[in-house]
Amino acid sequence: MKQFWAFIIKEFEHIFRDMRTILLIIGIPIAQILIIGFAVSTEVKNIRVAVYDPSNDVSTQLIINHFESSRSFEVVRSLQSPDEAERLFQQNAFDFALIFSEHFDENLYHTGEASVQFIADASDPNYGNTAVAYATNILSDYQQELMQKAMASGMNSANFRIVPQVQMLYNPEMNGSYNFVPGLMGMVFILICAMMTSIAIVREKESGTMEVLLASPVKPIYIVISKMIPYFLISWFILIIILLLSIFVLNVPVAGNLIWLNVFSLIYILVALSLGLLISTLVRTQVAAMLASGMGLMMPIMILSGMIFPIESMPPVLQWISCIVPARWYISGIRKIMIEGVGVIHILKEMLILTGMAAAIITLSLKKFKTRLE
Amino acid sequence: MNSVIQASQLTKRFGNFTAVDHISFEVAKGEIFGFLGANGAGKTTAMRMLCGLSKPTSGQGLVAGYDIAKQPEEVKKHIGYMSQKFSLYEDLKVWENMQLYAGIYGMNIKQIRPKIDEKLHQLGLFDERNTFVSQLPLGWKQKLAFSVAIFHEPQIVFLDEPTGGVDPITRRQFWELIYEAADRGITIFVTTHYMDEAEYCHRISMMVDGKIEALDTPKNLRERFRAATMDEVFYQLARKGREN
Repeated sequence: MKQFWAFIIKEFEHIFRDMRTILLIIGIPIAQILIIGFAVSTEVKNIRVAVYDPSNDVSTQLIINHFESSRSFEVVRSLQSPDEAERLFQQNAFDFALIFSEHFDENLYHTGEASVQFIADASDPNYGNTAVAYATNILSDYQQELMQKAMASGMNSANFRIVPQVQMLYNPEMNGSYNFVPGLMGMVFILICAMMTSIAIVREKESGTMEVLLASPVKPIYIVISKMIPYFLISWFILIIILLLSIFVLNVPVAGNLIWLNVFSLIYILVALSLGLLISTLVRTQVAAMLASGMGLMMPIMILSGMIFPIESMPPVLQWISCIVPARWYISGIRKIMIEGVGVIHILKEMLILTGMAAAIITLSLKKFKTRLE
Repeated sequence: MNSVIQASQLTKRFGNFTAVDHISFEVAKGEIFGFLGANGAGKTTAMRMLCGLSKPTSGQGLVAGYDIAKQPEEVKKHIGYMSQKFSLYEDLKVWENMQLYAGIYGMNIKQIRPKIDEKLHQLGLFDERNTFVSQLPLGWKQKLAFSVAIFHEPQIVFLDEPTGGVDPITRRQFWELIYEAADRGITIFVTTHYMDEAEYCHRISMMVDGKIEALDTPKNLRERFRAATMDEVFYQLARKGREN
């Protein structure tokens, strides 16, 4: 135990004497959270609209005029059939489709109800959401106008309802905007834990101190654990900062149970630490450790974790591959517990998978760590 | 002979390559034992086996009375080790390095503190105790590394080319430290490429291609090879290895 303490103290000294690194470690996540939180603009302009108008009557024309005169929309083409909408969407010919039903005017004046379909591209959920909101506004403005006209002309029970049916393409669950916070957390912990642990261990190999440690009676497991503990605590500290920032600065509500949120995150941090340990057993130099954790871990996280691109819209092969990316499970769990606020039962699967991953990686890397000494 | 290192038929193979080939020797308590050989002759491998860092393929080794294959942990407790590379923590202060290694060898904190001060006075580094090791000149670092390696009073200390890159004056001072430790009964097992240092050893073994080709006192070796200096002895033996 005495040895162990001597070690942990040493590791803390290594870290806190390197002020530049520690400031980077803590500063980067804060900067990222703030930049992303504020830079994701909610204002949307020049949405390119395609219209399918089989009725071609007064009401539809007026609605289209409203769209055209709005600053946000720009009608760029008319469609021959509703099916054309989806096809042209993929060619990125427009961002938003307006599909009127047949006999629009007739329905509206006889039954008081007509329907129109909005199709929005939600791969950028923020954009898609805003477009739909603007379009709905235009629609209800027109509805108001109709009613005022009807009242003026002496109809008493004037009640028109134009019902928009919204269809979000590519990202039906609307993951995004401040849902970005969970994604960022998934990335930051890998960055700090995996990269910093692997570098810290490999640094000792490079400097030759590892050999001296191995020639001493210290158990290898102590060396490893004492490397992990400081980064574990720092990560926890960062977790708390991120949570405070999201709640008080970005107004992202933490809907779920805070204790479980912490427990779940700590399991993930453990996975990240063990990944760092694994990397340290595979490489010899600090540069290699940095590349391995940077390229080897960051890229899959950015692309395959659901942080930027929704997993549901990936091809099946990528969906399978994404299953081995720990961040995928973490982000999905954090979204559930933090944003949706569901109980811990619902993230049991994610929790078990991450625990399993941590156990597997630690076992593997301890085995490798030992054999390396021979 | 009261021997603290006994190696018999010690062998290490990596695949088809035999790095250390059936070497046998004994080192007595308090002896300064020079372990010489050209680069790649198998010195470091042999030393790593004796330190419990690497398991022998065959043969036996006893260090401080413990079997290096079966009780490497016990061996490690009773030895000190100073590696080829400078191996103190540059971002720790002088006294922190000493305290860390003392702690690693399980020394009591109450014993450690006064001993650090004593050692620092001895080395003339007391005024530098709060200096970061990175700021010390190389010669001082090496002396510090040596005193850290014997801080816990091990029975044997293994020094792997301890004076590489150090100026002659500091090397002389370094050897004074070695003699002083040997006088206290610490056995010194040292590898070096400096032949003047070889002269300082009590006995020398010469390794060529994984085998011990010669083992005797420097004086006897010079006489046997009819050489004026250890340099010549080394050349003759090392060349023999190349020709094989």
